[in-house]
Amino acid sequence: MGEGFFSRGFRGRRRNQDTALPPGQYLEDGFPVLSAGPTPRTPLEEWDFSVVGEVDEPKRWTWEEFRALPSEEITTDIHCVTKWSKLNTRWEGVSVDTLLEGVDTSAEYITAYCDGDYTTNLPLEEVTGGKAWVAYAYEGEPLEPEHGGPARLFVPHLYFWKSAKWVRGLQLIAHDIPGFWEGLGYHNFGDPWREQRYWGD
Amino acid sequence: MDELRLDGNAAAGTLGEVFSFEVTTAEYACGGCGKAGTLGGAAVYEVRDLGIIVRCPGCDNALIRVAHNRGRYLVDLRGTKYLATG
Ligand SMILES: [Zn+2]
Repeated sequence: MGEGFFSRGFRGRRRNQDTALPPGQYLEDGFPVLSAGPTPRTPLEEWDFSVVGEVDEPKRWTWEEFRALPSEEITTDIHCVTKWSKLNTRWEGVSVDTLLEGVDTSAEYITAYCDGDYTTNLPLEEVTGGKAWVAYAYEGEPLEPEHGGPARLFVPHLYFWKSAKWVRGLQLIAHDIPGFWEGLGYHNFGDPWREQRYWGD
Repeated sequence: MDELRLDGNAAAGTLGEVFSFEVTTAEYACGGCGKAGTLGGAAVYEVRDLGIIVRCPGCDNALIRVAHNRGRYLVDLRGTKYLATG
């Protein structure tokens, strides 16, 4: 099996070239906007990003400091639990590995917290090792507020509700706490390739 | 034994009436800012097939969250102090 047969972010799971879409998904050319509330518009001068919780020392970046961090370009597919998928989307962001550099923690989970009181929960190992970013650009343009700008979490190997819009920080925690949708019937992990949409899937 | 304690079936009549209420005129008090209002005057966000979120027009607190889950509904009323119906 050649190297190219594996896609980064899918933890080496084999993808059939004829079925590039996870089960139950359809191909979407547009970029549907899903909003569970009003679009927050935090001015960049007031924006910051923090890493808090079970860490020796909390970390915090202003927008300028955040944008000065090393960033990466990511081209990959995204999958929404409402069944649309979009292929070869192009993003820029700071790897969560970079944000957690030097952080000493015994935490096994994170809660991503956002403007607009949205949260989502993830195992720490699902956002480290080159699997997640805090993205600030989409298709070469600053991320629009409707799509989560100025910055959103980007965890493309899981259903897109995990890629929390308007993210402002990560809380590292010892025990998992279900987030906004995870506490309301949606799957705690959300792997599109195993079609983990709802509780019990 | 508590002789006043019955099983859930005993509440069926009352709860059945409560949960078939006229939505638009039902009154709530917001768990965030405390303001009262009618559901008809609240702000609603439809999140495609995921569900709907009813928010307080004063503070944007999520009053009621409803998720669609394969033909079932999951309802979270935590954001309200109370609902007054009927
Ligand atoms: Zn309120």
